[in-house]
Amino acid sequence: MKYDVLVVGAGPAGSMAAKTLAEAGLSVVMLEKRQEIGDPVRCAEAVSKRGLKDLVEVDPRWIAADLKGSRVFSPDGASIVLSEEQSGGKTGYVLERKIFDRTLAMEAACAGAEVMVKTRAQGLLKRDGKICGVSAIRSGDTFQIEAPLVIGADGIESKVGRWAGIDTTLKPKDISTCAQFLVKDESIDSNYCEFYFGNKIAPGAYAWIFPKGEKVANVGLGVLGSRSSGIGEPLRLLQEFMKSHLPKGKVVEMDVGGVPVAPQLEAMTTDGVMLVGDAAHQSDPLTGGGIITGMTAGVIAGEVAADAISRGDVKRASLRDYEDRWKEPNGNKLQRHYDLKEFFIGLTDEDLNNLLHSLTNEDTVKMDLRDMLKSLLKLNPKLLWGLRHVIF
Amino acid sequence: MLSVNRYKCCYCGACVSVCPTCSLELVETWIEVSQGCKECGICTKICPVGALEVKA
Ligand SMILES: Cc1cc2nc3c(=O)[nH]c(=O)nc-3n(C[C@H](O)[C@H](O)[C@H](O)COP(=O)(O)OP(=O)(O)OC[C@H]3O[C@@H](n4cnc5c(N)ncnc54)[C@H](O)[C@@H]3O)c2cc1C
Ligand code: SF4
Ligand code: SF4
Repeated sequence: MKYDVLVVGAGPAGSMAAKTLAEAGLSVVMLEKRQEIGDPVRCAEAVSKRGLKDLVEVDPRWIAADLKGSRVFSPDGASIVLSEEQSGGKTGYVLERKIFDRTLAMEAACAGAEVMVKTRAQGLLKRDGKICGVSAIRSGDTFQIEAPLVIGADGIESKVGRWAGIDTTLKPKDISTCAQFLVKDESIDSNYCEFYFGNKIAPGAYAWIFPKGEKVANVGLGVLGSRSSGIGEPLRLLQEFMKSHLPKGKVVEMDVGGVPVAPQLEAMTTDGVMLVGDAAHQSDPLTGGGIITGMTAGVIAGEVAADAISRGDVKRASLRDYEDRWKEPNGNKLQRHYDLKEFFIGLTDEDLNNLLHSLTNEDTVKMDLRDMLKSLLKLNPKLLWGLRHVIF
Repeated sequence: MLSVNRYKCCYCGACVSVCPTCSLELVETWIEVSQGCKECGICTKICPVGALEVKA
């Protein structure tokens, strides 16, 4: 088996890369180790409307909720409302990722990509020191697939980078470890995403209630790895959050997973290899959102890979355009968000309460994340002194 | 020894991402631990459901 490009992983990043390559007329194969693409879900499924519309045609089959905005809660329970599109691009739609991921993979397949499910890449093949494909295993049978260029879209657990010599191992302080329930409860507001901050509620991250239709929501929380003090901390804290916030909630699904909240990688490519999505730590360190960023990177990587293949040169220098195009504007913005995250995780509950209270007389409904940070800085110059260079 | 509680594990792959010796692999619906494990315990604090423990 021989292809121009081989993509490992059929999440949103991999499918967008495969689709872009197939549309450019290249022969491409996408391997997915799961037997069902998109399942089990490792996601709270919220995306910004604008971000999504720039990348795909919106299809009601995979929209679970269309949101008006979000509510942000401080540890003492006070809250402010931000309008849609204005809390870091995090709100907008809540997706049904089981359908969304499968649809994206199908679009890649329709464009001409070959999709292989229940097929796991287990190592890179090399010939004369050059990467020339992967060794894969399907239903216990090992076989080789040749391709001069491998795109690692293998998510948080990524091995492709590590096999190729790019160290993508996450430090505990750069991963948010999460647990989530799908909950049915009368108290759920179908129009707003809710974010709950507090060092006891969700140390180093936040808890969320993201509606998925009538009185149903993804209810979950993250814990920064370095703040996780015991065994199974996210699940334990989620059970506590349920008791305090949704005591009568009926749990009908459980999802867990980790999301990179990491600085930008120094290298996202090497000779014959490109990394996209969570595999390249491209999720937003401030919000944990990685669907749109991963898809965006998938498209750029696909375009650059197609050029590289047409030139017959897959050395890093030939793939660098991907990193450059990623960096401005996406990578640089995410690096700023990393600095913000590093600052905010150091705040006490009292600091967080004071910050939120300082906004209660402001017209937050018209603010976006940047406006909100700017007003916070103006209203709390002493507390946020360390951020003055990051926000502006 | 690192023990994996298969009944608790939700096969999310979070542990795989933090192992400094690349000793974990998510295969289908279970976690395999390879010889390289140094029993550092990092993965046990990352697992969202407490499926991993370093046992004497
Ligand atoms: C609890 C939680 C909540 C989140 N909430 C949000 C949110 O609300 N909004 C948002 O935008 N993002 C959210 N994220 C982040 C988001 O889920 C990820 O950033 C996104 O899925 C990354 O897409 P990807 O394509 O890079 O990787 P993935 O979607 O993880 O896909 C990677 C694929 O590669 C496959 N794979 C791995 N190794 C191999 C191999 N060796 N061979 C073959 N296949 C392989 C995997 O099985 C998987 O299907 C959340 C994450 C978590 C854990
Ligand atoms: S205990 Fe340490 S070395 Fe062993 S699998 Fe876990 S993280 Fe890796
Ligand atoms: S982090 Fe825990 S639940 Fe996730 S795969 Fe590893 S052992 Fe299983």
